[in-house]
Amino acid sequence: MKSESFTAFGRQAGTIFVTLVGLLVLTFCIGRMMPVDPVRAIIGEEADQATYEMVAERIGANLPIYQQFFRYVSDLLHGDFGTSIRTGQPVINDILHVMPATIELATFAILFGAGLGIPLGILAAVKRNKPIDHVIRFLTLIGHSMPIFWTGMIGLIIFYAVLDLVGGGGRVSDFYIGMVPETTGFLLIDSLIAGDWEVFWDAVNHLLLPASILGYSSMAYITRMTRSFMLDQLNQEYITTARVKGLSKNRTIWHHAFANIRVQLVTIVALAYGSLLEGAVLIETVFSWPGFGQYITNNMLIGDMNAVMTCVLLVGIIFIALNLLSDALYKIFDPRTR
Amino acid sequence: MAIETLNTQDRGMSALLSNPNSSLRRLMAIIRELLGNPSSGFGLIVITILLLTALVAPLLAPYDPNAVNLGNVLQPPSAAHWFGTDELGRDIMSRIIYGTRISLTIITIVSVIVGPVGLLVGTTAGYFGGWYDTVMMRITDIFLSFPSLILSLAFVAALGAGLENAIIAIGLTAWPPIARLARAETLTFRNADYISASRMQGASSLRIIVKSIVPMCMPSVLVRITLSMATVILTAAGLGFLGLGAQPPLPEWGAMIATGRRYMLDNWWLVAFPGGAILLVSLAFNLLGDGLRDALDPKQH
Repeated sequence: MKSESFTAFGRQAGTIFVTLVGLLVLTFCIGRMMPVDPVRAIIGEEADQATYEMVAERIGANLPIYQQFFRYVSDLLHGDFGTSIRTGQPVINDILHVMPATIELATFAILFGAGLGIPLGILAAVKRNKPIDHVIRFLTLIGHSMPIFWTGMIGLIIFYAVLDLVGGGGRVSDFYIGMVPETTGFLLIDSLIAGDWEVFWDAVNHLLLPASILGYSSMAYITRMTRSFMLDQLNQEYITTARVKGLSKNRTIWHHAFANIRVQLVTIVALAYGSLLEGAVLIETVFSWPGFGQYITNNMLIGDMNAVMTCVLLVGIIFIALNLLSDALYKIFDPRTR
Repeated sequence: MAIETLNTQDRGMSALLSNPNSSLRRLMAIIRELLGNPSSGFGLIVITILLLTALVAPLLAPYDPNAVNLGNVLQPPSAAHWFGTDELGRDIMSRIIYGTRISLTIITIVSVIVGPVGLLVGTTAGYFGGWYDTVMMRITDIFLSFPSLILSLAFVAALGAGLENAIIAIGLTAWPPIARLARAETLTFRNADYISASRMQGASSLRIIVKSIVPMCMPSVLVRITLSMATVILTAAGLGFLGLGAQPPLPEWGAMIATGRRYMLDNWWLVAFPGGAILLVSLAFNLLGDGLRDALDPKQH
C-alpha cells in the first residue's frame, strides 16, 4: 500500500518534471522565433561591429542553440529571468509590481462569478427544463459567446458615458493616483491602511465594472458546470430514496446532492480563477488597468523578448499548479478517490 | 408546419435521387433534426447566412468597404448608413459584410489545420500506445496548460503581427483538445473485434487507422471542431483587437472595434455593431455544436 502510493507520487513528480521541461522548451522557442535581435535591442542601431560582438559574447547570442537553451535554464534556476529591455528592470520585479492589480481584479471577478454561478447552476438543475432553466442557460450561453473586450466597452458606454454610475479606465481617478503609499500593491488594502476612504471608494467604483464583466464570463462557466454536476446527482437513486423517506426537497438538495458536488465545485472555481488571466489580458486593455494582462500585451507589441518569455512561462506554471491543486483537492476531500 | 414541409421536401429529394446516396440521406436527416430544434436551427441558419454573405459580399454591401468619405465621418445609424459610418466616413455595414470573408477564411483554414493534425496525433497515440503515446500526450498537455488566447498571443508575438500569422497561431493552439478526444475515442475501440479482424487479414496499421479508426472518430471530432470555432472566432477577434491579428484597413471585426475604441464614448455604433456580429457568429457555432452533438451522439438520447 505504502510503496504503491510512493510510486504513484514518483510518477506524478516525473510527469510534472517533463511538463515543466516542455514548457521551458516552448517558451525558449517562442523567444528565439521572435523577430527581434536581442543584441541590437540592448546596444541600439548605431553601435559598431566590435561592440556588437562583445555584447553578443556576453549574453551568449553567438553560442549554438542548444547551449543557449542550457544557459537559459541555468539562468532561470539561479532566479535570473532576464532584464526587461523597455524598463531596464529585472522582468520578475516588473511582474511582481503589476501582479497585485490583476489579482485584485480577478479576485472580485471570481467572487462575482462563483457567488452567482453556483446558486444559478443549482437552480437551473433543480428546475430542469422549466422556464427559469432556459433563461439561465441562455445567460450562460451569451457569457460563453461574447467577446469580452466588446462587453467591456459596451459597459463603459452605458455605465460610464451615459449613466455616469462608475469610474472610467484605470484603478482610480487620475487625481487620486499616488495619494496612498504603496504597502501591499493592493489598492483597496493600501487605502484602508492609509485610512483614506475617498480613495478606497473611488477604487471600488473603478473596480466594479471590469470585475463584474470579467466575472460574468467565469459565471457562465461555473453555472454550466454546477448545473451538470447537480443533474448527475439528482438523477441518482439515493436522492429518490431520500425523498421517499420523506425528507424535504430542500434538505435533499442541500444536504445530499450539494454535499456531494462541493469538491468538484472547489476545483472548478480554482480553474476558473486561473482562466481569468485570459480575460484579464483583454479587459485590462479596455479599462487601462495597469496589471499583468496589459504588461503582456504591451511587451508583445514592442517585442520585449525577455518579458514575453517570462510571462508565458509564468502563465504555464500557474496553470500547471492550479491543475495539480485541483487534483490534490480531490484526493484530500473526496474519500472515493483514495 | 415548417417541419412538415421539410419532411415532404426530403421525401421529394429522395424520390428525385433514383439512386439514393446513403450519406447524403444521412446528412439530410441530420439537417432536419438540427432545424427541428429552435436553438440549433438558429445556429445553422446564422452560419448559412454567414457563408452566403461571404460569398456574395460585393452584391450585398451598399458601399465600398474601403471608400473613405471625409465629408461624412462618424455619422450615426440612418437610412443611408444603417450601421452608421466610422472615423474615415466608411460605411460600417459594408465593412461588416466584407468582414464575413475574413471570418470565414480564419474558420476554414483553422479547421483544415486543426482537424487533420488533431486526428493524426490522437488516433496514432491511441492506436500505438506505449512511449509514443506518452510523448504525444505530454506535448498535448503542455499546449493545453495555456489559455488559448495567451498562447496564440505568444505565437503571434514570435511570428509577427498579421492575419496569416494569427491564423497559424490559432491553429497551433486549437489542435490539442481534438487530439485528446480522438485518442480517447480510439482507445474505446482499439481492441474491438472488427479491428482485430482487419489486422488478422493483414491490413497495415496505416490502413486500419485511416479506414477503420478515423471514420469512427469523425462524429465527435466534428462536434468538437464546431464548438471550438466559437472560441476561434473570439480568439481571432481578440488578437485583432489587441493589434496583433488582422491589421487595419482590413475590415476584420476585432480590428474595427480596436480603431472604434478611441471614438466609442460619443459614437457607440463604431464598436456596437462589429461586436454584435462577433457575438452572433460565436453564439451560432455554440448552438450548432450542441445541436450536432445531440444529433450525432446516440448516447445523449
